[in-house]
Amino acid sequence: MNLLEKLDAAAAARKALLPEGVGAFGIPIEEVYSATEARIGERRVLLLGTNNYLGLTFAPECIQAAHKALDDEGTGTTGSRMANGSYYGHRALEREFADFYGCGSGIVFTTGYQANLGTISGLVGRGDTVLIDGDSHASIFDGCILSGAEIIRFKHNDMADMEKRLRRLGDRAETTLIIVEGIYSMLGDQAPLADIVELKNKYRCTLLLDEAHSLGVLGETGQGLVEKTGLQKEVDFITGTFSKSLCSIGGFCVSNHPQLDQLRYVSHPYIFTASPSPATIASTRAALQLLREGGHLRKQLWKNCTQLYNRLAEIGYQLGPEPGPVIAAILDSPKQALQIWQRLLEKNIYVNLILPPAAPDGKSLVRCSVNAAHTTEQMTYVGDSFAKLYHEILQS
Amino acid sequence: MTDNNYNEIIELLCDRLSSLTDSEVSITAETNLISELSIDSVKLLNLIMEIEDAFDISIPINALADVQTVHELASLISKIKSAS
Repeated sequence: MNLLEKLDAAAAARKALLPEGVGAFGIPIEEVYSATEARIGERRVLLLGTNNYLGLTFAPECIQAAHKALDDEGTGTTGSRMANGSYYGHRALEREFADFYGCGSGIVFTTGYQANLGTISGLVGRGDTVLIDGDSHASIFDGCILSGAEIIRFKHNDMADMEKRLRRLGDRAETTLIIVEGIYSMLGDQAPLADIVELKNKYRCTLLLDEAHSLGVLGETGQGLVEKTGLQKEVDFITGTFSKSLCSIGGFCVSNHPQLDQLRYVSHPYIFTASPSPATIASTRAALQLLREGGHLRKQLWKNCTQLYNRLAEIGYQLGPEPGPVIAAILDSPKQALQIWQRLLEKNIYVNLILPPAAPDGKSLVRCSVNAAHTTEQMTYVGDSFAKLYHEILQS
Repeated sequence: MTDNNYNEIIELLCDRLSSLTDSEVSITAETNLISELSIDSVKLLNLIMEIEDAFDISIPINALADVQTVHELASLISKIKSAS
């Protein structure tokens, strides 16, 4: 099989899962009206497939900040920070993230994906070990591959399995980086951070926590799982993304270890890429301020999450183990998931369709992402729509 | 690697693989895990976890990239077990 035939085989596998004309992946969105509504084809749809957890995509403060940066500094930086220099905004945002987490230093990356890629591949290398959760995001897995370290995975959120693997490492545990996530993107469940910290200390490892989905969502000021659990001093490195609660694009890493700064000189995903544009940095800085002060947004978000999670559970859907902004209905087959996804779109509701092998354990998911801008009426309509489809598709 | 150790691993692998596949192929050391047995990645990872517990080892995911046959998997397990 030559290179192009391999791609043909992958295309054939995709077509086998999705009938002709069903554009579930990368669906064309023609117009965006607000944090909760857009146009897909001729339909005005309710957006329940974005990660806009605090609903800040149209926050006037962020838009004005981005406009001003465009006017003052232009459209792009045209190169890497190593070669072309660090703008005031880059350095200010790094200080603001460090201050937010009470850490000594912070680094900003161009994407959230690169934040994990750059941090992990800068921290570990050949001869080291990474211990990752079985449901880890691809950016964590790819960072581990890039690093050249040995990758050991433990069963998702299973502390007995994690300890077993730490014990098997013996002396190598001291050069092991444990990587977990605040909220996991597929089922929306949280890592048992207190237990993980206990094992990290017992085996003298280093711990990295990815707060991509939990930033803005958990904790009084929205730091994430680390704040909710009060374990800020126990986590060595925290990464996260700007593309969810902060509504732009980019990523960060913060730490109290002064060695974090050395990543700027060893991490290829940091060095060999163009730095974030001035407008991106400006809107992120404004959004971070809103996030820190956004207790009312978190309250509304959790009200919406709990309403939808409880309703879907009451209907009979199999869900992830706890409520959160990511609520995934777990279906027995790709066919069922596809039918529900299509019928929801016909009811003007856009959610995410996740088919094997992207979902854990070969499952098929219809995943909803709830945000603070959704109204109670919208959540009720989504719940009612899921209820009809449960009877029509799953009980027929 | 001792012959006994290797043979024990081969025996366990063949036994477990035969219960995981619908294929009529007779499983030997040279059987290709993917092309001949059509075992999907989820089943294969579950099998790996079961084997890890059976031998009290952890198999790095990146080491599996070079594994295609039952023999190659048995050799990898034997090598890790010997080093532990």
